[in-house]
Amino acid sequence: MQMIFFILAGVALVSGGLVVFQRHPLRSALWLIVNFFAVAGIYLLAHAEFIAAIQIIVYAGAIMVLFLFVIMLLNLRQPEEEQRFMHLGQKVGGITLAVFTVLLLVYGVCKVVLPPGKDAPPGLGNTESIAKLLFTDYLLPFEVTSVLLLVAIVGAVVLAKSKLK
Amino acid sequence: MMNQLPILVIMTAVKILLVLTVFLTCIAYTVLMERKVLGYIQLRYGPNRVGPWGLFQPLADAIKLLFKEEFTPPGANKVLFILAPIITAVPAFLPLAAIPFASQILPDTLTIYGYKVDLTVAGLNQGVIADINVGLLYVFAMGSLSVYGAVLGGWASNNKYSLLGGLRLSAQMVSYEIFLGLSVIGVLMLAGSLSLVKIVEAQKSMWFIAYQPLGFVLFMIAAFAECARTPFDLIECENELVAGYQTEYSSMKYGVFMMGEYGHILVASALATTLFLGGWQGPVLPPIAWFMIKTFALVFFFIWVRGTFPRFRFDQLMKLGWKVMLPLCLVNILFTGIIIQFLQR
Repeated sequence: MQMIFFILAGVALVSGGLVVFQRHPLRSALWLIVNFFAVAGIYLLAHAEFIAAIQIIVYAGAIMVLFLFVIMLLNLRQPEEEQRFMHLGQKVGGITLAVFTVLLLVYGVCKVVLPPGKDAPPGLGNTESIAKLLFTDYLLPFEVTSVLLLVAIVGAVVLAKSKLK
Repeated sequence: MMNQLPILVIMTAVKILLVLTVFLTCIAYTVLMERKVLGYIQLRYGPNRVGPWGLFQPLADAIKLLFKEEFTPPGANKVLFILAPIITAVPAFLPLAAIPFASQILPDTLTIYGYKVDLTVAGLNQGVIADINVGLLYVFAMGSLSVYGAVLGGWASNNKYSLLGGLRLSAQMVSYEIFLGLSVIGVLMLAGSLSLVKIVEAQKSMWFIAYQPLGFVLFMIAAFAECARTPFDLIECENELVAGYQTEYSSMKYGVFMMGEYGHILVASALATTLFLGGWQGPVLPPIAWFMIKTFALVFFFIWVRGTFPRFRFDQLMKLGWKVMLPLCLVNILFTGIIIQFLQR
């Protein structure tokens, strides 16, 4: 089990890095899909089957398809390599900031003491228990989220329609 | 007990191999069946020269495809161009792992070379490769991935028609996936489980199509759109897009695309059988026979529709989806919920 976790974690890290380092946005998007799969595998190892399936359906199956759709519509050709001139100050500032952030992150991760692992209660990660929690304890946040999404949809319609006039 | 693991692994592998072999044979003969049925619908015979009744036609087709010229268009993205057919075909095969084709195919324990093997461990005695507790979601997850093959194939071909075909398909798939998911919620409410085995078992007394007629119709429409079959085969309509995303594909790469396409039809039929038609259950005949009969009846329906209906326009497709299917799906869920609550009181 542990070996599978390390393999998946390695795939997730490498593909995540490749998302950032690719020049072409389409390739970044494809590596992001690989990353989603590795993370879904880690969810499966944690017995969160429902979350793993939803991760694939929503992120890999729907959101990334839309991303690809947009990338293909906007950017049909290989982007020309444009050499951007950077000031020395920009470079030094960027590197300093990056190193500082990494140090901060490492410090934060090292400080966290995880409580000893407990066995998950039976049925956790199951669709039924998630549904129960969503519709009892977390009903208000759940409904607020749905209203938020509705607002986003209305906003998208307004933005799309205003151009037609 | 210690020596069980290798035996279980080997037996699981054999089981997967068997299911896959049967599935691939079914794909080959679905193609023949389609050509035959379409032939009779159009008052002609269809292929009948190779072997008795044209039964060896799939073999001849495969050999022909293998020996055709393998062509990669200049300016194409080579890696993605080769990867695209594979990405289409593999997600078409993967859902089979969760679809139950029989109740129990082997006894609980088996003695192999003196070892007593407990077959209940990995569900080896069951008529399903893996009874996942989120089986239905798994099937949908795999189904939602198949769109990548067409989209990437269309993009990698470096051809306008291919690209347009790929773009059309991604819009179509993303929309109709929602209706596919919503149309089965009624079944989930009745069965109370996402496991496909439990859903089949819940239909012991009555098939769910009797309680969910609207759900079944909506599911079939969405499945037609997901498989990009007529009347929703806008991605490969000859008079606008040559052959859609497949335009630049030849030889076995085209063959693998076709395998994926027919694999999707078979999986959609098998899934509809499992969800609405009682799966493997039926009198007299063995479970596997019932499962095959029901599945192929639905495959025949797919072909029948292709021989009968004209193609939609793209705006009609989107209108049908968002203005008709979506409200009907929600109404179906609402009424199912109300009736279940009413009966529980």
